[in-house]
Amino acid sequence: MSLLSFVKSLLISSELDEQINRIRKPIGTLGYDPWGYNNEAVKFGFSLVKPIYEKYFRTEAHGVDHIPAEGPVLIIGNHSGQLPIDGILVGYALASRKKNPRIPRAMIERFFPTVPWLGNLLNEVGAVLGDPVNCARMLANNEAIIVFPEGVRGSGKLYRDRYKLQRFGVGFMHLAMKYNAAVVPVGVVGCEETIPAIANIKPLAKALGVPYAPVALPIVLPAKVHLNFGPPMYFEGGDLSDAEIDKRVEKVKTQINRLIEKGLTERKRLF
Amino acid sequence: MKAHTSQPPKPNVLVTGAAGALTQQVIERLRKTCNLVAVDARKRVELGDDIPSYCIDFNKRTFEDLFRRYKFDSVIHLGRIRSSQLSRMRRYNANVLGTQKLLDLSQKYGVRRVVVLSTYHVYGAMAYNPALINESAPLKSAGLSADLIDSVELESLASIYLWRYPELNISVLRPCNIVGPSVRNTMGRLLASPLAPVMAGFSPMMQFIHIDDMADAIVLASQKPTRGIFNVAPSDWVAYQRALDLCGCTRIPIPSIPPVLPRLILRTMGLKRFPAYLMDFFKYPVVIDGRAFEKEFGFTPKRSLKEIFRFYKDNKKPL
Repeated sequence: MSLLSFVKSLLISSELDEQINRIRKPIGTLGYDPWGYNNEAVKFGFSLVKPIYEKYFRTEAHGVDHIPAEGPVLIIGNHSGQLPIDGILVGYALASRKKNPRIPRAMIERFFPTVPWLGNLLNEVGAVLGDPVNCARMLANNEAIIVFPEGVRGSGKLYRDRYKLQRFGVGFMHLAMKYNAAVVPVGVVGCEETIPAIANIKPLAKALGVPYAPVALPIVLPAKVHLNFGPPMYFEGGDLSDAEIDKRVEKVKTQINRLIEKGLTERKRLF
Repeated sequence: MKAHTSQPPKPNVLVTGAAGALTQQVIERLRKTCNLVAVDARKRVELGDDIPSYCIDFNKRTFEDLFRRYKFDSVIHLGRIRSSQLSRMRRYNANVLGTQKLLDLSQKYGVRRVVVLSTYHVYGAMAYNPALINESAPLKSAGLSADLIDSVELESLASIYLWRYPELNISVLRPCNIVGPSVRNTMGRLLASPLAPVMAGFSPMMQFIHIDDMADAIVLASQKPTRGIFNVAPSDWVAYQRALDLCGCTRIPIPSIPPVLPRLILRTMGLKRFPAYLMDFFKYPVVIDGRAFEKEFGFTPKRSLKEIFRFYKDNKKPL
C-alpha cells in the first residue's frame, strides 16, 4: 500500500487530486460505481494520458465548452485508427477543460470485458460495455457518454477510406430522445493517421476472436490531432418511424462531417 | 393496570431451513410477534420451548400434518439447498420438488403470504451483462451451468404459482452475496479464509449484504403481502479483489484464459469456497438493482461494506 501511495505521489499532483475529487460522481462508499468506475484509477489514468494528449498527439480541442456542464449528454464522434485513441483524447479534453470539467464515460466494444486486466482497467477509468441498457442507466444518472455509432465499422476501416463516415447505429438517437440528452457532435481529425492500415485479415480476426486484424505498422504514429466539438443538438421525444429517426441521425452525421471538414482545413500538416 | 383487550392473534408462520444462520436471525426477529414453527430437511434444530422444530423431508407425507395442525398464515421459505451442498439430483429433489410440495400445501391450507429466498446467481455471469440488472432480466444461468439449474427451476416454479394462485401472495427475493458472522456460504468462506483464489486479470464488481440486513429484509417482506420478484442489494459496489484486500485475504491468482484451464484447475482442486461452476462469477460482474425492493418495503441496509470487511479482517481465523 505504501508503494502505491509513493507512486501516486510521484504521478499525481495534489492539484489534480483535488480537481478529480471535486467532480462529483454517483459512487458508493468505497469509491466505485456499478460499472466499476473508480476515482483513484481515474487520477492515474489522467496523469498518464496528459503527456500523450499534450506532447505526443499535440491535440488541439476547439469548442469543448459546447458540452453542457451538467445533465445527460451523448458525445457522438467519428471513429478511426484501429485503437480507441480517439475516445481517450475526447475524454481527456472534457476532463481537463478549465470550466466545469466532467469525467465522461465511453461505450466500448463487447470484446473488451473478456480480455484479462485490460477489461477491468478500462472499466475503472470509466469505459463501459456498449450495451443499450448500460447507456440508458448512465443517462438516467446524468452522465456524459462518448459514443461512436460507427463501432468497429469505423475504427477498423482502412486508410484509403479515411474520413468517410460509415453506417451509423441509431441506438444513440433513441436514447437521446428518451432521456432528453444533449447530443454533442465531435469531428476527430488525425487519428486516422495514427495507425494506417492497408488491409484487414478477416480469417485471422475470426480465429483470434477479435473484431478485426489490420495489416499496419506495429507503432502508433504521432499524428497531430484536431478535435472540433459542435454546439449541442436536442431532439424531442415522441413515437417516430424508423425513417424519421434516420433523418435525425443524418442531421448529426452532417454536423460531424462539417466538423471533420473544419479540422481538415485547419490542419497544416499530418505530423 | 388494565390488560389489552382486543390484541390481534399472533400469526402462525412456517420457517424452512432452520439450521441456516440467516434463518436463525429471522427467527430471532419474529419469535415475539409470531407463532413460529421451524423445519429443516437436514437436521433438527433446538430453538427453545416456544418454537416447535422438526426435521422433515418436504416430499414426505408427514409434512402435510404440520399444515393441518398449525394452520399457517404465512410461509418463509429459506431452506434452499445451496449449489455447494449435496449432489445435483438431491438438490433438485429438495429445491424443486420440495418447493413444489410446499407451495401446493400452502395453497391447499389457505396460506396468505409466502416469501421465497432465491439468489442473484440465477441471472448468470457473462461478459455481456449490463450493470444494475433489474428483476425482468432473463435468467441466463441455467444455460451456463448445470449446477445452477435447480436454483432457476425453483424460481420459475415460484413464478408459476405467483400467477396461478394470487391469493398465496408469493414474493421471491434475489439477494446479492449474503455475508457476515457465521455465514458459511461460498462467499462467506472466501472472505473468512486467509488465502482466496482470484481469476488472474479479472476483478468484477460485486455487492454484499450483511446477514443482519438480509434478515431485516426478509422480516419486512413477510409483513407486507406485495406479490412479485425483488432483487435485494444495497446501492454500494466494490471490485472483488479490492474486497479481498479489505478483508485481509492473500490473493492466489488462477490462470484465467483460455477458460478450460481454470475450469480444469478448479475441478482438480475441488475447493468448496471456489467451485468451478461459479468461476464466471469471479470473472464477470452481476450487479443487480435493489431499488424496487427498497421502495416497496421501505428497506435501507444499515451495515456498510467497510463494516462487513472489517469483521472479516479482524476475525481471520476459521469460524
